Amino acid sequence: MDYFLELFFGGLTRGSIYALIALGYTMVYGIIQLINFAHGEIYMIGAFVALIVAGVLTIYGFSGISILVIAGIIAVIYASAYGYTLEKIAYRPLRGAPRLSPLISAIGMSIFLQNYVLLAQTPDFLPFPRLIPDFAFMEPVAHIIGSPELVILVVTIATMVGLTVLIKYTRIGKAMRATQQDMSMARLVGVNVDRIISLTFVIGSALAAIGGVLVASYMGQVNFYIGFLAGVKAFTAAVLGGIGSIPGAVLGGLVLGWTESFAAGYVSSDYEDVLAFGLLVLILILRPSGILGKARKQKV
Amino acid sequence: MKKISALFVAVALSLVLTASGFAADTIKLGVAGPHSGDLAPYGIPAMKAAQLVVKKVNASGGVLGKQVELLIQDDQCKPEIATNTATKLVTEGANVVLGHICSGATKAALGIYKDAKIPVMSPSATNPPLTQSGDYPNFFRTIASDDMQAKMAVDFAINDLGLKKIAVLHDKGDYGKGFAEFAKKFLEESGKAEVVLFEGVTPGAINYDSIVGKIRRENAEALIFGGYHPEASKLVSSMKRKRVTAVFISDDGVKDDSFLKVAGSAAEGAYVTGPRDLSSIPLNAAATEEFKAEYGTDPGAFFQEGYSAALALLTAVEKAGSTDYDAVTKALRSEYVETPVGKIKFDGKGDAEGVGFSVYKVENGAFTELK
Repeated sequence: MDYFLELFFGGLTRGSIYALIALGYTMVYGIIQLINFAHGEIYMIGAFVALIVAGVLTIYGFSGISILVIAGIIAVIYASAYGYTLEKIAYRPLRGAPRLSPLISAIGMSIFLQNYVLLAQTPDFLPFPRLIPDFAFMEPVAHIIGSPELVILVVTIATMVGLTVLIKYTRIGKAMRATQQDMSMARLVGVNVDRIISLTFVIGSALAAIGGVLVASYMGQVNFYIGFLAGVKAFTAAVLGGIGSIPGAVLGGLVLGWTESFAAGYVSSDYEDVLAFGLLVLILILRPSGILGKARKQKV
Repeated sequence: MKKISALFVAVALSLVLTASGFAADTIKLGVAGPHSGDLAPYGIPAMKAAQLVVKKVNASGGVLGKQVELLIQDDQCKPEIATNTATKLVTEGANVVLGHICSGATKAALGIYKDAKIPVMSPSATNPPLTQSGDYPNFFRTIASDDMQAKMAVDFAINDLGLKKIAVLHDKGDYGKGFAEFAKKFLEESGKAEVVLFEGVTPGAINYDSIVGKIRRENAEALIFGGYHPEASKLVSSMKRKRVTAVFISDDGVKDDSFLKVAGSAAEGAYVTGPRDLSSIPLNAAATEEFKAEYGTDPGAFFQEGYSAALALLTAVEKAGSTDYDAVTKALRSEYVETPVGKIKFDGKGDAEGVGFSVYKVENGAFTELK
């Protein structure tokens, strides 16, 4: 039972990180049907910014959780700025263009950002300070779920509750939903669609940055390439859950995390990816638009 | 038109003839390796090492009273180019060859040298069968083969630490998986320890908690990991976080300062194998100084091995008294030579005796050599 719980929480931690990043993919896709391949890089940039801020704060004598919070906030601001700029430079000029053009632009931005960080920072792995302390009350269950996992879960849940409130109960959320349903109709009723799209990028990037900071302080290392792998997994999670659906992204992330964790635990970590992606194929065969995805009719 | 092309051919041929006409009465040391392309950093230090050695040898009168001439050829680490490189060196009359750098390119080229009866010495090709298969009696190397490292790690785990149940993991890459497979083989052959787990982990994954949980469930006393430091850091951190106390033993890919920095306190008590610390050998420091004086930077990968190989080859020619294949290989196998990697001679298969690995322990944030 301990072993099962261990795998369960390991998968839950992984899955909630995937979910945080997958939300960015799914929100952007929901609104402008674009797969923002540069999203993983925003996550990576969030982690790098947090590393730099954490370094500075450590010099000034801050400690543990307070660094995590301040570094997290600054990382969110930076990543949001990157997301906003990304949309402005790379996607907005291509808004009316055939669907493949912004996709190529997205891949281009992904490669650009990776290499930009590679050149501006370093190709090596950098140590990221372990900002989450070991809580004494977690000690008896530390072999099943550790303090970092607990913090990741709490932050993820809080973020998701916040996001749900934002989308369901605020004017901005209403405008976002309207834009998602029908962009030209939303524009007719007075929604500033361009602003909503920018905002979607900002929110998605902020979530990715939160994920980036959490993972970096959990794994203890960052380099310019971490965004690519995380991006691929999160994109998979978004598709699994039904791309465009926000609860779908969360569910997809968790399913992917658990599948990987249990596959590694009960079968072999050699087959972790095989089983996870096998499941993806299976689900897409049975439900082509993902677990919670709605089949979209092509608007004419 | 025909006349013109005939003329061209004639001109081209005459050039070839003059080129080989010049090269009389020197000892020719061929140097082959990647000198361009993305793997050039692995080949250029050995080439520069050869240049330094030859410069020094020529300044003090050459070998057997003759000047040493360098024939440098680029193989880009590609087997298909390496065969051309080898053919070219053979045609140009190389007496001995320093190279190649990559195992694949070396293997492709060796047959050609063997037929031409030319001794070849690599500073870097670590693929075990190159020597162990016995197919290439003309091949030598100044670096230990890949399986030496696994042997060292396994011997250390079962003999020095006395461990019985061992988990073996790798990162699914060529290097890590190769190391892990050798470790598994040696563990099974020893009959003293049991391999309780043999799996590959996915590089770049967010956590390795599942596999660490499995290490606990299998009651493994040690984890032997084949791979590089990013995954190793995550494994030791995960083990520490999940209060798993198995001993961590790994390879040269982990013996990197990044491992110490990234894993921090979780790295304490870990063991890694790595090339023996050579900095105490006077020739080693001297070679580094020579390089710095000439180029102003630190020498790169395989410089010391390349320097040693050039030195060993030329010394063997000197001791053999001629460039005759049998005499030179006999000298390589029987005469000790002082080099930057230590006092070495070569065994029957071509591996350098006295070159190898040590076990290092992470203590107080540094690697300490144990044996």
